[in-house]
Amino acid sequence: MMAAVRGGNDAARRLPGVEGVWVFVAADMVFFALLFVSFMLGRQDAAAVFEASRQTLDVNFGGINTLILLTSSWCVVLAVEAVKRNALDRVPQFIAGAFVLGVAFMVSKALEYGAKIKAGITMLSNDFYMYYFTLTGIHLLHVFAGNILLIVLWNKARARQFSKDHCVVLECGATYWHMVDLLWILLFPLLYLLR
Amino acid sequence: MLRHATTMVWMFLMLATIATTWWLSKDGFAPQVGTVAIFAIAALKVRLVLLHFMELRSAPLPWRLVFEAWVLLATAAIVGIYLSTPPVTAA
Repeated sequence: MMAAVRGGNDAARRLPGVEGVWVFVAADMVFFALLFVSFMLGRQDAAAVFEASRQTLDVNFGGINTLILLTSSWCVVLAVEAVKRNALDRVPQFIAGAFVLGVAFMVSKALEYGAKIKAGITMLSNDFYMYYFTLTGIHLLHVFAGNILLIVLWNKARARQFSKDHCVVLECGATYWHMVDLLWILLFPLLYLLR
Repeated sequence: MLRHATTMVWMFLMLATIATTWWLSKDGFAPQVGTVAIFAIAALKVRLVLLHFMELRSAPLPWRLVFEAWVLLATAAIVGIYLSTPPVTAA
């Protein structure tokens, strides 16, 4: 009876997009989790250095970047919902909003890196900065890839290639973009706030 | 309706971010209290993104469980190692 109930339940349940994207997202998330643990173990060996270096980071950049990515993610949610309720005119607008915010994140990151490098801080300064530049750099590459993806999705949306029954590509892109957002949700407190 | 629900989630995520960034991180909180609270909130935020933005709420249960387990394990590992590291005394 349990099996029957579960079977019936599963039929109604649905994973957005295609499974392959979810496998990729899961693998990427495991990779990041290992980096988080590696950072924490590095911190365990040199807590004083990590704390002193952390205090040189600008929390405002990190916090504003979190707000930017959360809102960009939300724009993509609105785009998917617009397709599903057949409001196809709105879809390119929401995707464009997500893209503009994605670019804003990269600009903000560039300013932040610039300020650090100007202050003479690089990857080689100490272990904390090595992790800081590596982790945020790998994440930034994900943001860059996501922005390219958003341009592709925007073009498709403008060409009316998405519809209620045909939005797998949009869902795959959305899943990836939300992952980029959620990784930053943990990366930000790890580097900027953990004291 | 659907649109309304995710908008509420977005608003909550924004408020939670503001609270952690510009309030819980301040010196008014003992470092360990502030840090553990910040990670508890971060884990909740990630879970909300997974369930509501990524629609795992309505996905087949095994998929949902894999991602929920990731949040739990990643956060537990970070907080666990943090708590086992002797606190840094103020300079």
